[in-house]
Amino acid sequence: MGFVRGLKCRECAKTYPVEALYVCEFCFGSLEVDYDYEAIKKVISHKRIESGPNTLWRYRDLLPIDGEPTVGFYSGFTPLVKATRLADELGVRELYIKDDSVCHPTLSFKDRVVAVALSKARELGFDTVACASTGNLANAVSAHGAWAGFKRYIFIPHDLEQAKIVGTLVYAPNLITVRGNYDDVNRLCSEIAAKYHWGFVNINLRPYYAEGSKTFGFEVAEQLGWKTPDHLVCPAASGSLLVKIWKGFKEFEKLGLIGSVKTKLHCAQAQGCSPISDSILNKTDIKPVKPKTIAKSLAIGNPADGYYAKDAVSASKGSAAVVNDAEIVEGIQLLAQAEGIFTETAGGVTVASAKKLIEQGKIGKNDSVVIAITGNGLKTQEAIQGSLGQALEIGPHLKSFEEKVLAEASR
Amino acid sequence: MPITVRIPSPLQKLTQDKSEVSVSATTIGGCIQDLEKNYPGIKARICDEQGNIRRFVNIFLNEEDIRFLKKEQTSVKDGDEVSIVPAIAGG
Repeated sequence: MGFVRGLKCRECAKTYPVEALYVCEFCFGSLEVDYDYEAIKKVISHKRIESGPNTLWRYRDLLPIDGEPTVGFYSGFTPLVKATRLADELGVRELYIKDDSVCHPTLSFKDRVVAVALSKARELGFDTVACASTGNLANAVSAHGAWAGFKRYIFIPHDLEQAKIVGTLVYAPNLITVRGNYDDVNRLCSEIAAKYHWGFVNINLRPYYAEGSKTFGFEVAEQLGWKTPDHLVCPAASGSLLVKIWKGFKEFEKLGLIGSVKTKLHCAQAQGCSPISDSILNKTDIKPVKPKTIAKSLAIGNPADGYYAKDAVSASKGSAAVVNDAEIVEGIQLLAQAEGIFTETAGGVTVASAKKLIEQGKIGKNDSVVIAITGNGLKTQEAIQGSLGQALEIGPHLKSFEEKVLAEASR
Repeated sequence: MPITVRIPSPLQKLTQDKSEVSVSATTIGGCIQDLEKNYPGIKARICDEQGNIRRFVNIFLNEEDIRFLKKEQTSVKDGDEVSIVPAIAGG
């Protein structure tokens, strides 16, 4: 038994039934899940959550399904790593990595949203699910959809990283590469979704799908001992994750699960695709761009939740950063070498942005900071291959070891 | 050959459930005016009170976002395809 009353337009508050709808037919505003918070407040507690499964479904009272979850039984509840060495490196007192690079089963935060979207797709009676993806979502819909027995149509730009293609095809979905960038793929999928009755997780199922991202924020708050950090640095593509982390924090506050939220949310984007960060830093409207960055999972030039992300950053009194390709590569290596965590390019953007925000004094040296790491470095190896050290090759005998390895070490 | 406009689901009630309609015009702004002539009420959905295209509506001319062209002043010619697409999708 769930607590969803229906869908509600974020702009004009018109209400809609629980169906595969995503946009208000009157003002084109975003439809949001409308919960009965009074009823939730009567049942929810730290104890109830803590006695739930070690997955995102421990927050089920705040997720938009009516029956039992049917997908994602092992997803979410990823480690919040206390990053002491990186804290020293960046010059900040208290630093944590929320590490979705190890989210089950496809190693990105998209396993959260897909767990919710496919559970909802089943409730709504879909047998075919689909998505427009920059790669991580393609992996997640393909994998979870295989497990749950859905027919799957996955649409991606034609130039994605090899590992994201292999990590999709292995689950044998229908994979369609589109000659164009992600924004082209997204427009095409919006048109397909308008014509064919499929469950597009990030189009007509988007109100439900996006709620899954709240669990990233819920976990941060719970794992910090039921409080939120002074700062959270979040990468942005469509901006949805940032919006939902903020929503999650505010829901916990409203339900009395945490005290008043004082977290500043900071938006991290890559140079070459920074429409949201630019609008925050320059106090302008969101201007769409043609993406050009190695951070392909963030390469959305026309971000759906751009305005809402900007609003969330502003409500939290946070800021934004933009980092270039070299800083992204450096960010990936910094995190790997300080904390042993190998993140993808999006994570490089986030680490480099955190570094910049600390240097600029936008994050205070005595504050607590969480860096949102959303994906795994094994998927974007191309981006750093040219900037790593080389392996040392030796013969299979002691002499070669001594001559080459020890000699090298003593230099 | 007239200009084809693809209508998103939220507006199809106004176009008698048609997902594609024809208009004649010389600019994107003109297309919206012509749509309004045939399907009264549609302009108010696409544009705000000031007559600007709503921020949650994206319009494409032959696959290109008109914000990369000349917005409402973008020229159109016979045979062109215009798409009206809700902005809240993807990611």
